[in-house]
Amino acid sequence: MSDIALKMEHVYKKFRKGEIFDSLRDLIPALTGRMFRQRELNVSDKREFWALQDVSFEVQRGEAFGIIGHNGAGKSTALKLLSRIMKPTKGYLAINGRLSALIEVAAGFHQDLTGRENVFLNGTILGMTKQEIASKLDQIIAFSGLEEFIDTPVKRYSSGMYARLGFSVAAHVDPEVLIVDEVLSVGDYVFQQKCMDRMRSVIEGGAAVLFVSHNLKAVTELCQRAMLFKHGKVVTIGPTDDVVRRYLSEALKPRSGEIDKIVTISQVRVRDRGGEQSTFESGDTAWVDVEVTAHENAEQLAVVIWLTDENQYIIFDTSTQRLGHPPFSLRAAQSYHCTFELKFNMAHGAFHVCAAIHRYNIQKEYDRLAPGATVFIGSSMAVRGAVNCLPKLLRAETAAMSSRDECKV
Amino acid sequence: MREQLRELFRYRGLLYMITFRDIKVRYKQSVMGFMWAILMPILIVMAGMVVRYAYALATHVPLKSEDIASVAVKSLPWAFLISSIRLGCNSLIGNNQNLVTKVYFPKEILPLAAMMSSLFDFLVASAALLVFLILVHTGWSVHLIWAPILLLTMVVLASGIGLVVSAASLFFRDVKYLVEVLLTFGIFFTPVFYDVHMFGDRGKWLLLNPVAPILDGLSACIVRRQPPDLPWFAYSLGFGVLMLFGGYLLFKHLEPAFAESI
Repeated sequence: MSDIALKMEHVYKKFRKGEIFDSLRDLIPALTGRMFRQRELNVSDKREFWALQDVSFEVQRGEAFGIIGHNGAGKSTALKLLSRIMKPTKGYLAINGRLSALIEVAAGFHQDLTGRENVFLNGTILGMTKQEIASKLDQIIAFSGLEEFIDTPVKRYSSGMYARLGFSVAAHVDPEVLIVDEVLSVGDYVFQQKCMDRMRSVIEGGAAVLFVSHNLKAVTELCQRAMLFKHGKVVTIGPTDDVVRRYLSEALKPRSGEIDKIVTISQVRVRDRGGEQSTFESGDTAWVDVEVTAHENAEQLAVVIWLTDENQYIIFDTSTQRLGHPPFSLRAAQSYHCTFELKFNMAHGAFHVCAAIHRYNIQKEYDRLAPGATVFIGSSMAVRGAVNCLPKLLRAETAAMSSRDECKV
Repeated sequence: MREQLRELFRYRGLLYMITFRDIKVRYKQSVMGFMWAILMPILIVMAGMVVRYAYALATHVPLKSEDIASVAVKSLPWAFLISSIRLGCNSLIGNNQNLVTKVYFPKEILPLAAMMSSLFDFLVASAALLVFLILVHTGWSVHLIWAPILLLTMVVLASGIGLVVSAASLFFRDVKYLVEVLLTFGIFFTPVFYDVHMFGDRGKWLLLNPVAPILDGLSACIVRRQPPDLPWFAYSLGFGVLMLFGGYLLFKHLEPAFAESI
């Protein structure tokens, strides 16, 4: 067997949009109508669109490969082709080895069966034998953390429990190729971490993982290489950090002025010493320029900037007023510039730089730009999480347990 | 085709599992439990008795226990056929839609599992029928050996029809209603309540319905203790095999389009 776990070569997939006759009642009149009006046959061409165009890539064994892109870019279509649920219109694709697709993990569940019965059912659907499932049953149930409810019909489960059980089954298939589509969005933080760990151990076991997610942080943590999709075409394939950077730079759009607001934020720019920049190393110094334009007279103004992580969670927040600059006033058509100096002590990941202008004394917000800019922080893999606390390892030694400690154990 | 059959064989565990699931869910949901399996046949047999009683009154030929046994023997396979077609019709849509659009496996498993779970009901009901036949002293003969062969033909036919209607109802939502109408009135065109020989020479037109020779053959070998009409049996068997073969080819041809057409 070769080292290539899966590959696509010049794959195209065409869909038809618009109405499809899904009942005989509609089809038969349409067909008889068509016999008399030959000319309309060409109309159907316009109703087609290409969900994937000329997609080629390959994934090696033991490699995690990420796919990113906006909604509707063709990611899920690519996965459905790979998991053989759909067939490509043109092109060639191959998979070497047992494939497990975590596309909708609880697809095979039946509402009226208990958790345990569903483990067997879903396991079989995913390609395991009954003996295999029986031997892993305890592991699967323990992983899901649903020991108490395993003999309850799944219709009484919460959606989180449902998904956890589904993922637990799918994660124990022992695949050689694992396809994961945005399954981490369900489940609580602890369970998400469990899933990430499980995927890492699958990769270490020599399997290939194809990971689709909007969680860029998870993609960069897990995958060495990634691919960016846009409108069904491959934009770039390469090291994950480069691809994520490209994705973020494409996501930024210039902003046109909105005249219905009294004061607007017209620009937010992040730069380093050399000029505008969107990628930084953890700990770098950056300057954030904010430009404010007034359309009418306004007073008691302050500019606020803040940073959010990818989940829009605010991790940092400051303002001109808090940094000692008194509230300012602007007359119509005047503009205002300020520059903040920041130290990007964040860990690896993508962060949004946001800005707002508000009237200080009555806390009225005139305008906000969120995100105004997006930066990608690269760092050594030694730290994970949101911030970089600049860790140093000072002591690491092995000692024999004293007899008193042993008693405690 | 050989490759596809090999794959189906590899997934046989899933076929049993889904059949088992369907049976389990059906019996779990109903308070009556196993009564469910014999309710439908009992209703058909009772309807048949009313019809036969009316026939006996009209012709002044007294109703014999044999006639009732014949109706009972034919009702069960008929109930199996319609339940297997009805479940097959819904096997790719409704509850199983997720399985079609989200997971890969040979999809013919779903209509086949619908057929198998109906077969299970049939076997439960057959046990009840056996008790009934012993009670009315139908007796037995060497021709009973035909019964399993005829039933197998029925299974082949039911599978073939199931494959076709399941795929058809995925593409066209109203196929389900059409099938329902055909199943409701089908019993009038099929010798379940009546016997083919009642029509004399014109009975052969009834036998053109491929289900008819099977039911008539069952009635012959179990109740009348004679072999089935061989040429007509061959006709049914041929029709069933063609249906299964053609249905399978059609199903596999359409299968790649399932996920995007649903």
